[in-house]
Amino acid sequence: MLQQNHYLKSVYETPFHERTSELNILNDWTRWKDYTVPNSYFRVDLEYFAARNSTAVFDYTPMIKHRIKGKDALEYVNRFFTRDMTKIGLHRVGYAVWCDEQGQVIDDGTVFHMRENEYWLLSAERQLENLAVSAIGFDVEIDELTDDVAALGVQGPTSASILKAMGFQEIEMLKPFDIKHYSYHGEEITISRTGFTGDLGYEVLMSNSVALSFYNEMFAKGEIYNIKPAGLEALDLLRIEAGLLQPGVDFMIAEEAIRPGATRSPYELGLSWLVDLSKPVFNGKAALVEEKKRGSKYTFVKLNINGNKPASGSYLYNQANKKIGTVTSAMFSPSAKANIAYASLHEPWKKGKDKIIAEIYYQKDLEWNRVMEEATIVTKPFFDPDRKRATPAELY
Amino acid sequence: MSKYDAIVIGAGHNGLCNAAYLAKSGLKVLVLEKNDYIGGAAVSRELEEGWLYSNCSYVCSLLRPEIYRDLNLQKHGLQVIAYGGSVTFTKKGDIFGGYSDHDLSRREIGRYSKKDADAYVRFSRDISKQCRFIKPLLMRTPPDPTSFKPKDLNELIWLFKRLYGLGEETIYETIRFYTMSVAEYLEEYFENDVVKAALSGSGIIGTGLGPYSPGTAYVLLHHYMGEVDGSIGSWGFARGGMGSVSNALAGAFQEHDGEIMTNAEVKQILVKNGRSVGVVLENGDELYAKNIVSNLDVKRTYLKLFEHGDLDEKIINQVENFKIRGSSGKLNIALDGLPEFPAMGKNNPLMHADMHFIDSLERIERAFDDWKNGRWSADPYCDTLIPTLTDPTMAPPGKHYMSVFVQYAPPKLATGEWTDKDREGFGKTVIDQIGEYSPNFKDLIVHAEIRSPQDIENEVGLTEGNIFQGELTMDQMFFNRPFPGYSQFRGPVKGFYMCGSSTHPGGGVMAAPGANAAREILFDLKRENIVPEAENDD
Repeated sequence: MLQQNHYLKSVYETPFHERTSELNILNDWTRWKDYTVPNSYFRVDLEYFAARNSTAVFDYTPMIKHRIKGKDALEYVNRFFTRDMTKIGLHRVGYAVWCDEQGQVIDDGTVFHMRENEYWLLSAERQLENLAVSAIGFDVEIDELTDDVAALGVQGPTSASILKAMGFQEIEMLKPFDIKHYSYHGEEITISRTGFTGDLGYEVLMSNSVALSFYNEMFAKGEIYNIKPAGLEALDLLRIEAGLLQPGVDFMIAEEAIRPGATRSPYELGLSWLVDLSKPVFNGKAALVEEKKRGSKYTFVKLNINGNKPASGSYLYNQANKKIGTVTSAMFSPSAKANIAYASLHEPWKKGKDKIIAEIYYQKDLEWNRVMEEATIVTKPFFDPDRKRATPAELY
Repeated sequence: MSKYDAIVIGAGHNGLCNAAYLAKSGLKVLVLEKNDYIGGAAVSRELEEGWLYSNCSYVCSLLRPEIYRDLNLQKHGLQVIAYGGSVTFTKKGDIFGGYSDHDLSRREIGRYSKKDADAYVRFSRDISKQCRFIKPLLMRTPPDPTSFKPKDLNELIWLFKRLYGLGEETIYETIRFYTMSVAEYLEEYFENDVVKAALSGSGIIGTGLGPYSPGTAYVLLHHYMGEVDGSIGSWGFARGGMGSVSNALAGAFQEHDGEIMTNAEVKQILVKNGRSVGVVLENGDELYAKNIVSNLDVKRTYLKLFEHGDLDEKIINQVENFKIRGSSGKLNIALDGLPEFPAMGKNNPLMHADMHFIDSLERIERAFDDWKNGRWSADPYCDTLIPTLTDPTMAPPGKHYMSVFVQYAPPKLATGEWTDKDREGFGKTVIDQIGEYSPNFKDLIVHAEIRSPQDIENEVGLTEGNIFQGELTMDQMFFNRPFPGYSQFRGPVKGFYMCGSSTHPGGGVMAAPGANAAREILFDLKRENIVPEAENDD
């Protein structure tokens, strides 16, 4: 049990802190759940570009990690998540959401099919209670391992070369969403070809005891592959370009929503591909069946907006000047040189008929200005290189 | 019977950009290139196995983001990666760092002069004011000030409104700025010579002028107005070298069914009844099109491709007087490892930056003196970069590529044409200078491509090897570029256009001249304009 005086250290340091604090020459930190991690290390744009051009390393340790284990594990996860979990084979990872009884998304995360009868759920929020409630009647054991397992994102075109140089054999043969277990200094280390950047990249899960030596070795071996540390500010730019949602930013976590109408169903987040209504039972199914029949209230879209002023927090209007939605995330994309955003649209917006016009406020020399810029819906991620999918992975 | 609506001569980045817009508008377009590769001065070539060089142009920041976005160059493989800063090595064994972090830079200047550190704030503001004024002009056609056409009058009115919008003081400053020397301009802000030398470099790059020559303050601006993703003054590498810019533009062109023919040098532009009707290739083939566009510089275009009888004498005279002075050479060096620069240490982020080895205005002016006397500078101004510290695609892991832009080198030496021995001597001068600051540098050299201005002319086709296709001085800028009466991309015969850096807004890998020319061609053909305007910075 945690000591009573844990308040004395309100925010923890991750196992990588000794090194990340040296590398963080901007001394720019941000709180992520129980931990402090770099917001940026040296220059946000260069950290961003490291992920797009060479390799950027992110400290993902604060990500919440749950382990679900037992002979009913598959049956259980199939009941918990909205998607068909039988399709996530052994040593594969799947993106998933889960809902409350009203079919509203609680959170999203990645589910690792780690071993026979063992799944890990990596998510933004702690889910122990939700997981436990659904576990009644199943032979599964559920734990939360966040503080025991260190995690890194190793993202970018040269990432496979760096891991290979560290001795992780055949790393380039992992397909997107594959998992492979390795032994490292006598400890098991798990590498998956996943990430949060929409590029070639890997996530590494390891015990705290080997975390620092792994980090040091990776930076030593990675030097000739132009490895750089990167913070959460760069990560946010990368994930928007990659078309990935951020819980608590792009949608309200259902359990934290106070006001009616603030939450979203998977359909309302453009995630209908994650819902399998043919499954006999899963959390929120009845409500989602109903929604499918009646139609959804909201539509989630990716926007390409004219001009170069990011539409952060913008209201969206149609040609009749009626409000039809709001922007949830926005940025100027360095890779696409485009003004991009995610938005949640609602009535009276009519697909294919209505224009979408963003009301953008921005400041120049302390003066506030406003522009109305037309936007078009795009279906593909804003950044989607072939190397993201190529197997074997690009080696340098 | 012509198969093409337009033929573009030269597959440089502006030619390809021009062709991409014409093809996107629905025209049938052919691009002719004399070399067996495309790109002109925006190329990446493998001259030593395993190494890719950006053989001529080497950094990218002026490339118009509007064009990048509009032609979807990302989809065609272009990634421009930001890098940071600049560094000047001093004779005394110290460095002067230009960091991209404003406060870091101010502090660094303070190591040399506390007063200059504060002046840097004012300097940055004033430069930003000038950038703000000029940037929207890059993607517009200059008005003809002698014309009464509504198009020109409207543009003149727009321009005057913009100028008056600057406020009285800035108007005066702007006019001074455009005519001053970079040294005098910097002296209005700074006292320390190292600081001034470090900041003056951008005022002389690519030009046959010294830091004390009038007009160089503008050249500084021409380099400062570049940006990467809205951070003004920031520079970037095209991933895979500058050829990626040309390849992406070619991709956009081909997406709209454009055709590129390499090994197809144009010998002559055919003129019939005052109208260009086609071209003759070196091999004697004749190709016809209603519109002919030249990406070549004005001298090469008008003096080599036109029959003199087809042009007015006045034009020939204007072309002959056009200033296009070769002033720079280039070294591309393959390195077996990372050179050490003890003055700053291995982990200094400025290893990724532009390095310079000349620390006073006087030394730069002396370097210019050598050029005037028909010699390469004995103590040159070198803009040196190691792109492979950023871009992992240009050399094997652990090996490096160094790009060295060298100023000054004359197109013709006092002793005559460049010989192999001269080229060697020129290369040695540069390598020795870098070697003074990096003890292991010389031992790491695996291969070096040494290019005199004459080599650049012979291979790329740039007259005298001038990187801007003509000096960027006020007498040759804006509605005077390339010369009065021809600033709107139209040539002296009907159906003939210019789209290279000899036209507005001038040199640098901007793609703006190519796009601007396309807009005027589409206007003449009564087609809808599809060329984007500059994004508003306000």
